[in-house]
Amino acid sequence: MAHTAAAFKVDYFQFLKPDGKLVEDQQVPALARDFDRLTELYKLMVLTRTFDKKAVALQRTGKLGTYASCLGHEAAHVAIGAAMKEEDCFAPMYREYGAQFYRGVKMSEVLLYWGGDERGSNFSGPKHDFAWCVPIATQCLHAAGAALAYKLKKEDRVAVTVVGDGGSSKGDFLEAINAGSAWKLPLVLVIVNNQWAISVPRKKQNTAATLAQKGIAGGLPSIQVDGNDLIACLWAMDKAVNAARAGKGAFVLEMLTYRLSDHTTADDARRYRPSDEVDEAWDNEPLKRLKAYLIDQGAWSDDKEEELLGECKQWVQQAADEYLDMIENDPQPVTAMFDYMFAELPADLIEQRTYAQDYAEDGGQH
Amino acid sequence: MAEITLIEGVTMALARAMEEDPSVVMFGEDVGVNGGVFRATAGLHDKFGDDRVIDTPLAEVMIAGMSVGMAAQGIKPVAEAQFCGFTMPMIDHIMCHAGRLRNRTRGRMSCPMVLRFPSGGGIHAPEHHSESPEALFAHMPGVRVVIPSSPSRAYGLMLAAIRDPDPVIFMEPKRIYRWQKEEVADDGEELPMDVCYTLRDGNDITLVTWGSMVKETLQAADELEQQGLSVEVIDVATVSPLDMDTIIESVERTGRCVIIQEAPKHCGVASEIAAGLADAGIWHLHAPVKRVCGYDVVMPLYRNEMKYMPSVRRIVDAAKETLEVS
Repeated sequence: MAHTAAAFKVDYFQFLKPDGKLVEDQQVPALARDFDRLTELYKLMVLTRTFDKKAVALQRTGKLGTYASCLGHEAAHVAIGAAMKEEDCFAPMYREYGAQFYRGVKMSEVLLYWGGDERGSNFSGPKHDFAWCVPIATQCLHAAGAALAYKLKKEDRVAVTVVGDGGSSKGDFLEAINAGSAWKLPLVLVIVNNQWAISVPRKKQNTAATLAQKGIAGGLPSIQVDGNDLIACLWAMDKAVNAARAGKGAFVLEMLTYRLSDHTTADDARRYRPSDEVDEAWDNEPLKRLKAYLIDQGAWSDDKEEELLGECKQWVQQAADEYLDMIENDPQPVTAMFDYMFAELPADLIEQRTYAQDYAEDGGQH
Repeated sequence: MAEITLIEGVTMALARAMEEDPSVVMFGEDVGVNGGVFRATAGLHDKFGDDRVIDTPLAEVMIAGMSVGMAAQGIKPVAEAQFCGFTMPMIDHIMCHAGRLRNRTRGRMSCPMVLRFPSGGGIHAPEHHSESPEALFAHMPGVRVVIPSSPSRAYGLMLAAIRDPDPVIFMEPKRIYRWQKEEVADDGEELPMDVCYTLRDGNDITLVTWGSMVKETLQAADELEQQGLSVEVIDVATVSPLDMDTIIESVERTGRCVIIQEAPKHCGVASEIAAGLADAGIWHLHAPVKRVCGYDVVMPLYRNEMKYMPSVRRIVDAAKETLEVS
């Protein structure tokens, strides 16, 4: 006799619609009335976007290497940072600046990293946070390992990681889900689904209706939210982080957003992506709707916006100046490439280090 | 003091390290209740429990990746890959993260983990259970590659590997897991990594090897000595970083060198040693440096595996060829 061995559904949450109005047909979390909090996070979203624009401009003028933009991801990223405690561990991919700024990473440090200087990854945020992780999805297992470490040490800490829609196709992500389930880890796996893995659209990754359901397959509670809705993102992150901290195990969260930029500055998305799709995505972007909502609620104004934009530009310029000053006037010596290979440098590397010093004047230019 | 085998030396060191440092955990497939398929973690689960001797789901990428994550957050994982062939999916995390965490963050983070696994052929195992991938790992910056070849070196080097603040790939030559017994004191004394061990002093020729090939190399040395020759035998023990000083110092005295490795010849550790001799030892050499290696072929299934490996005769012949050059 046939029977249903298992059944599942994936809930989708949106509280703030693209027009800046709250949804009417479901209960909205109390967070939606916490205007101080929302305003604070809105400001960080604006700063993040201002920073992003500057970083792209620096790359275009030859002052920065290849840079991965976060345009359009601001709500998702800021919510991730805002839901975490300092002692929690963040294992990012490589464009979650909004989350990292919230955690104390400096803008100049992000620039330093993309400007080809390792000192950017020795950043000002929590010392236990992982640095940018370029090999796709590998960070998921580092977060799972961190979560297991906290569990073994009986520390009240949560590990949070981010993967993209492309990365969700990788074994590392699926193995992290499996690990989260097997050990009931304090782990939050966030899929920031921005619809594009460089030139490959979401629908080419697989035919699953959601990416969140991969978590369900592994035994984890998994939901999907509007990744352009800060309220939904933060509510879901709070829910996931709190559950993990309370010992209820790991959680998968899919945030649906859109990559409004090229993949990186080395990419040209016009080659593969229809412009009308991008135009439509701009109607749904996260800043506009939150601003409209806050103004509507009397918590924000055009004057404040103007003042904020001025401040953000100033802060970002300061960060750019700090970065440029550092690479110009305080570059890493050739020996720096040796000095952090091991706690104590083995003899053969001491020899190579000395040799490299003799030729330190070579190779200054590309 | 007990007489123990190489694998018992591994187990004794693991137990010792777990006793002295509560952050040390065993992490791998079947390492718990089962005590490992070769019994390397035998008894540890009973003694230290589920939270210290951790059976993992069957997922090698996960074992490597989570070890990196744990190591970065204050736990010292001693991860086990069940067999050498199954380390291939782990390479991403070793190459891209374990060896880079300290450098990437300018010292803010580190990755004190050990990845240990039985390596090499000669035990009638199925496909993918008999490879010698030390050169793959030796080519990765930021990781050490250590291969013990005796019970005492298994014990002492394993303790050093676990206590080291950086990642160590610890390859256990499984063909000689139970070859020799040796008295080893469980005194917590580690042996130094990054140095060669001279197993036998001699003046006519230097035989350089590591891992299971120490067995055939010592047998070859016996044969040569029966013919009146004085043979120096060096166990490299740490193949990365490489202690060329000890090898060069020996060759300065003997003027002749044969390097023996079980792994395929092309781009192997033997080639690196030969290049090191060409670079810094050539004025002391009386004869070309010979490499006696596995062939550059897929490791044969077990009926032919011993034909693949350097035999005592191949080593003796190479040594004689070297000695004939005047």
